[in-house]
Amino acid sequence: MSDTTRDPAIDLECRELTKYFGNFCAVDNISFSIPAGSFFSILGPSGCGKTTLLRMLAGFQEPTSGELSIKGRSMLGVPPNKRPVNMVFQHLALFPMMTVGENIAYGLECQGVDKALILQKVQSVLERVGLPDAINKKPDQLSGGQKQRIAIARCLVLEPDVLLLDEPLGALDLKLREHMKVELKQLQNQFNTTFIYITHDQSEALVMSDQVAVMNNGKFEQVGTPQELYYSPQTDFVAAFVGENNRWRASVRGAEGAVLELELPNGMTFKGTAARKEAFGAGDLVDVFVRPEAIMLSKTQVDTATFDNVLEGQVDCLLFDGANSRVLVKESNGNHEVNVTLPQTGEFNDLQEGQTIYLGWQQAQAKCFPARDFSVEE
Amino acid sequence: MTGHNHFRLGLVLLMAPLLIWLLSLIFIPHIDMLFLSLSEKVAPRVYETGLSNYAAFFNEPLYWNTFARTAVMSILATFLTLLIGFPVSYYIAKMVRGRVRAFLFIMCMIPFWVSELVRTFGWMILLRETGVISSFLVFTGLSEGPVELLYNDVTIMVGLVYTSMLFMVVPLVTTLDSLDDSLVEAGYDLGGNGLRVLRKVIIPHAMPGIVSGCIVVFMLSLGNYLTPVLLGGKDSMWFTEQIYTQFITRFNWEQGAAFGFLLLILSSLIVWGGLKITRQTLSNTMG
Ligand SMILES: Nc1ncnc2c1ncn2[C@@H]1O[C@H](COP(=O)(O)OP(=O)(O)O)[C@@H](O)[C@H]1O
Ligand SMILES: [Mg+2]
Repeated sequence: MSDTTRDPAIDLECRELTKYFGNFCAVDNISFSIPAGSFFSILGPSGCGKTTLLRMLAGFQEPTSGELSIKGRSMLGVPPNKRPVNMVFQHLALFPMMTVGENIAYGLECQGVDKALILQKVQSVLERVGLPDAINKKPDQLSGGQKQRIAIARCLVLEPDVLLLDEPLGALDLKLREHMKVELKQLQNQFNTTFIYITHDQSEALVMSDQVAVMNNGKFEQVGTPQELYYSPQTDFVAAFVGENNRWRASVRGAEGAVLELELPNGMTFKGTAARKEAFGAGDLVDVFVRPEAIMLSKTQVDTATFDNVLEGQVDCLLFDGANSRVLVKESNGNHEVNVTLPQTGEFNDLQEGQTIYLGWQQAQAKCFPARDFSVEE
Repeated sequence: MTGHNHFRLGLVLLMAPLLIWLLSLIFIPHIDMLFLSLSEKVAPRVYETGLSNYAAFFNEPLYWNTFARTAVMSILATFLTLLIGFPVSYYIAKMVRGRVRAFLFIMCMIPFWVSELVRTFGWMILLRETGVISSFLVFTGLSEGPVELLYNDVTIMVGLVYTSMLFMVVPLVTTLDSLDDSLVEAGYDLGGNGLRVLRKVIIPHAMPGIVSGCIVVFMLSLGNYLTPVLLGGKDSMWFTEQIYTQFITRFNWEQGAAFGFLLLILSSLIVWGGLKITRQTLSNTMG
């Protein structure tokens, strides 16, 4: 082992982990460490290398280079059945020919635990996941959510140092997914095991995690708490991928520290903030991100003293979706479209298409990054 | 109502060739055989109904010894075919992809592009005293004189396994193909070693393929005539040879028919016993 002074509270650590498939780099020089007992999510669009990274942690794929250690012990060259990690597979991979009890007992039998103790442990873990009567059922007699819990119980009964989950909620329908999010978080608290959870669904990552890593093209764009990612994205990709955002291409007219004077191609001007405090000069192109919920909607003229940016426009389109309802506002002079969250205070329930409306937002809410072309498809 | 009747009529007409084929080629000869096997010759051209042809099988040790030997050898051949076929199938189904896979599959089929007779003569050319292997052994000095590799049980076994391989590999590849890779990975991930994953995950999943492969191979070996006779020579003692002798050499069709039926009944019993031991049912094997 190269270094001895390791924080004992770190469960898993990767350094410069890289994986090539031929010439294609699926995981590109990733370093991170995960404190014991935390819920760590890796969020990224499909094909960005999440599964590859997780499979390296589980031992199904050897990294091309880099170091990987769990509880301070190097895992390179250790086969999957000797690693103190367990994995919940994307399609759960419950053994269909075994009963639920046999499924859960499988791992304990591998460890050579004696029969009586196995039965006791199986029963207790089934109770903890809330399915005490499922022991003699076959997996195909269970509902989607129940299968999910059994798959997790099958891993947790082995008391792994780290539990790996590969988009386990992907196959569930929306309602159940919402429910399982909460339940997963509760299970993690209850068992106090480190979870590494990968998903392409930002809401899953934001709701459940202590820490989220946003991944793109094999790299980590940013690692932070859900709030950090949401409120202070450090890259344009994170700004575009996490949560909804208006994204505009603008040019810089002048800069005063981090505060930028911006101009859209249609001549509209407003103020923004350089998200990483980098220096911009006049003429530089930037991408501006403004969250729809950071924009205040008003039926009367907005006071310029309270908002750095004000705008007058017409309601172009109402996108009703309950609490997530949006209004598309077309700016009066120039055809610029702004996506704004519809406040659910009742004041805007009678909004009509074509009606004149006023918008206002603070310059700190308009985050600017150097202009770059990329697309975010989930 | 009429629409329904039309449909029924159409179905009957469609099925007719198949039914006629089944009836004329399978049922009628077998019923005829059954009557034949139950008639005993009491005087020239005088026949009575009786079980003496069946009794002959149990009273003459040569007959049932031959049958027992055939059955044991066939079971052994089935077992060996499974033992060799399983890793081959696993490799084809799980370890290789695309063109390599198609290539390997075709490699398994190539022996079946020539007739069984030619294939068996191929083995004879290799194995006989003046054959390729014997000459090679003499040439390299590994053996002092020519060696006869034909006409023993090992050779029969090699021949049987060789002819049966495809019929084991096809159902095995099909079932193993449907095994989700993540089940195998889960088996390892939860701490199992290769042997445990094989026993607990792979074999239970492949069981229908194993059973159907084994039934086919067993039946084919038991009913094989050319391979044991050509590779085993005069002393091959294969039960089909007895049937052949009764029909062709001795003109004792009644006895031959009884042997034929015994082969059918006893082999069915062995298959049934096999299914019972492995706790499988025919329906979940075929389903
Ligand atoms: N075994 C493999 N061989 C070659 N390329 C692979 C292999 N596994 C994954 N890839 C490639 O690596 C990239 C990342 O895949 P993956 O880790 O599955 O992404 P994600 O889970 O984020 O959707 C994909 O472009 C995929 O085509
Ligand atoms: Mg994936």
